[in-house]
Amino acid sequence: MTPKPILIRNGRLIDPAAGLDAPRDLLLRDGKVAAIENPGKIKAPGADVIEAKSLIVAPGLIDIHVHLREPGQGYKETIATGTAAAAAGGFTTVCAMPNTIPVNDTPEITRWMQSSDRGASIRVFPIAAATRGSLGEALTDYAALKEAGAIAVTDDGRPILGDDIMLESLRAAVKLGLPVIQHAEDTRLTGGCSMNAGPLAFRLGLRGMPIEAESGLVERDIALLKQIPNAHLHVAHLSTAKALDAVRNARNQGLHVTCEVTPHHFALTEDRIGHYDTNAKMNPPLRAESDRVAMIEGLLDGTIDAIATDHAPHAAHEKEQEFDRAPNGITGLETALGLAIRILHVQHNMPLAKVLALLTARPAQALGLKGKGSLAPGAPADIVLFDPAEKWLFRAAASRSKSKNSPFGGWELQGRVRLTISEGRIAYHRA
Amino acid sequence: MATRTPTRVPQKSPPSSFFQQPIHPGSAISANDFSVHEIRRILESSDALEKENPFRRADRLARRRVALLFYESSTRTRTSFELAAKGLGADTTLVSSLSSSIEKGESLKDTGITLKALGAECIILRSPYSGAPYLLAQTTGLPILNAGDGMAEHPSQALLDLRTILQFLEIPANKVSEKSLRGVTISIVGDILHSRVARSNALMLPKLGAKVILCGPPALLPETAAAIGPGIIIERDFETALRQSKIVMMLRIQAERLSGLEINLDDYRSRYQANSDRIAAHAPKALIMHPGPIIRGMEITADVADGPQSAIAQQVHNGVPIRMALLVRALVGAKKVGRR
Repeated sequence: MTPKPILIRNGRLIDPAAGLDAPRDLLLRDGKVAAIENPGKIKAPGADVIEAKSLIVAPGLIDIHVHLREPGQGYKETIATGTAAAAAGGFTTVCAMPNTIPVNDTPEITRWMQSSDRGASIRVFPIAAATRGSLGEALTDYAALKEAGAIAVTDDGRPILGDDIMLESLRAAVKLGLPVIQHAEDTRLTGGCSMNAGPLAFRLGLRGMPIEAESGLVERDIALLKQIPNAHLHVAHLSTAKALDAVRNARNQGLHVTCEVTPHHFALTEDRIGHYDTNAKMNPPLRAESDRVAMIEGLLDGTIDAIATDHAPHAAHEKEQEFDRAPNGITGLETALGLAIRILHVQHNMPLAKVLALLTARPAQALGLKGKGSLAPGAPADIVLFDPAEKWLFRAAASRSKSKNSPFGGWELQGRVRLTISEGRIAYHRA
Repeated sequence: MATRTPTRVPQKSPPSSFFQQPIHPGSAISANDFSVHEIRRILESSDALEKENPFRRADRLARRRVALLFYESSTRTRTSFELAAKGLGADTTLVSSLSSSIEKGESLKDTGITLKALGAECIILRSPYSGAPYLLAQTTGLPILNAGDGMAEHPSQALLDLRTILQFLEIPANKVSEKSLRGVTISIVGDILHSRVARSNALMLPKLGAKVILCGPPALLPETAAAIGPGIIIERDFETALRQSKIVMMLRIQAERLSGLEINLDDYRSRYQANSDRIAAHAPKALIMHPGPIIRGMEITADVADGPQSAIAQQVHNGVPIRMALLVRALVGAKKVGRR
């Protein structure tokens, strides 16, 4: 059954892709944007009317880096619970990493993840493994994976270290127009490490990951990229000023390098670890204040293409362990918008349209998600309505994610999602 | 195209199981847990307990239950904690990783909950993982005495080292203040990177006014080490450090934590070994300390370890009174130990 048309009226419509920020009414029909007009202009008898006075109406948010844990680890998260959390955070599109069990290295798994049986409430685009089993040895079948719906390839947490296999990957991907995403960590330098290297790691008696483990691999990848015309490298969750500089330089040389940063890397520093709080343990680790500031500068000056959460749910019993033993990662889908507005818009005066661009049009462009991230008539009816002024306390225990491993519990965030519509259907509605 | 049904999620979610209890104030996890005032109290208490009639002393924690939870081997620390608890009349039980359900994969949290259910009122923990005592404290709510956690801290060792230093300098416990060790330079030498003893001492000694020199090769002593607290400097040359020091603490190279790091041991010995020629030439009056275990012929030679300047046995001796004071603090409170 097709849902009834929806008329959203009296809202402030911000569509960064179209450069639009104005009062507009919006009609959604058949899962698509049917009309955008000045307030009061659209007549749509029979449509459900949603009053959006004092709310912002924007394209549904896009998160190009999430871990939905299916197949294989449904006790942490399922595609249904992960996308429910995403919808509550205002997202209508997420890109799911392949470090599932088994690794998503086949068209079958890629299709399985997109099946309606998974119960996703928003759109899931799989990112497939770049090498079989993410072992860094033999390439997966990129053409078949793309055909099955994969929008990029990566070995994520098991970065591709070998020069030859990385070159092969870039070469195979460029033929199909796929980006190669690299989790930039030279794991030869980070064995046994559980936080950022530096005085705090020394003080806590923990082994630290040096900055160079990230920047070195970014520099290596950029050097390889120069050998493959038109190839596209996307650097996942950038966390250091040095790696950001490398991306900036490559971009200035005309290379196709894009990158993302997580909310936690522009919101927190390693000090958040406190008494070994495993909800502050993730990879890349929280860094020093100078790196955090560099991430904000990179967002402000446009070097960084996207805010991506690296949503990484883990069960309580896994996080409630000694710091060195606890797994890396935090949840992030429900806090991303509120953190971005609080920190980038309120504290650093980034215009809301620009904040939203980093969560919509620019990630869509970075990973080539056609039709996503804009509200042009005919585009998918992916919409978020939120109150940009509403301050609210995030409670991790109330999260829609199956896991509650967030360092932002008790934080006051600004900008609260009221309604999320995915392809014309209401995916989240807060009364 | 796949069709999707909107997901309705109940508004009420179950409470998070990530429930943390506050850290019990009787815990001793970090050297930074103690103010100078508390350090003085603990030292005074250790003096009083040491002098006390053993029969009266055995009344202080009579039948109280203390668990020793050891995930790493230990001779001095475990024995002295155990003797301290028994000397105060407590019942003790030892759980070690090789003879318990830890081997079967039981978590630290569950082990702690089990010990608490068995009546443990205080847990003495040694763990190979830095920060483990905080986890145990937050999951049990019990006072936790840190008997060494990973590379992080060993606060009872720092206290017994301090007692040894004050005895050498003839400073009574009741005179301990922010100025007690003013003008006193203490060198900590060797594998600083992997040493919890070094960290706890470097945090505690400057509180009493001491200047701490950390001395070792870059591989075992990163430049960032000096930033962990005030009053700490780095000196790479052992003999330069020796000439300034009234107290010299030697440390063992922790082979079990080197984790791929390669150290040229001959070179290390030639630069950093405390041998009799070097001590006689550069620190003939200094107190030579070592938390043990010592590797004779490696960081220290037998003649220095057994020689007249050595405080190694005295350090071990001081373990029992200090740990008695920590147990009384954990189980009775921080009140001054006196007549009852």
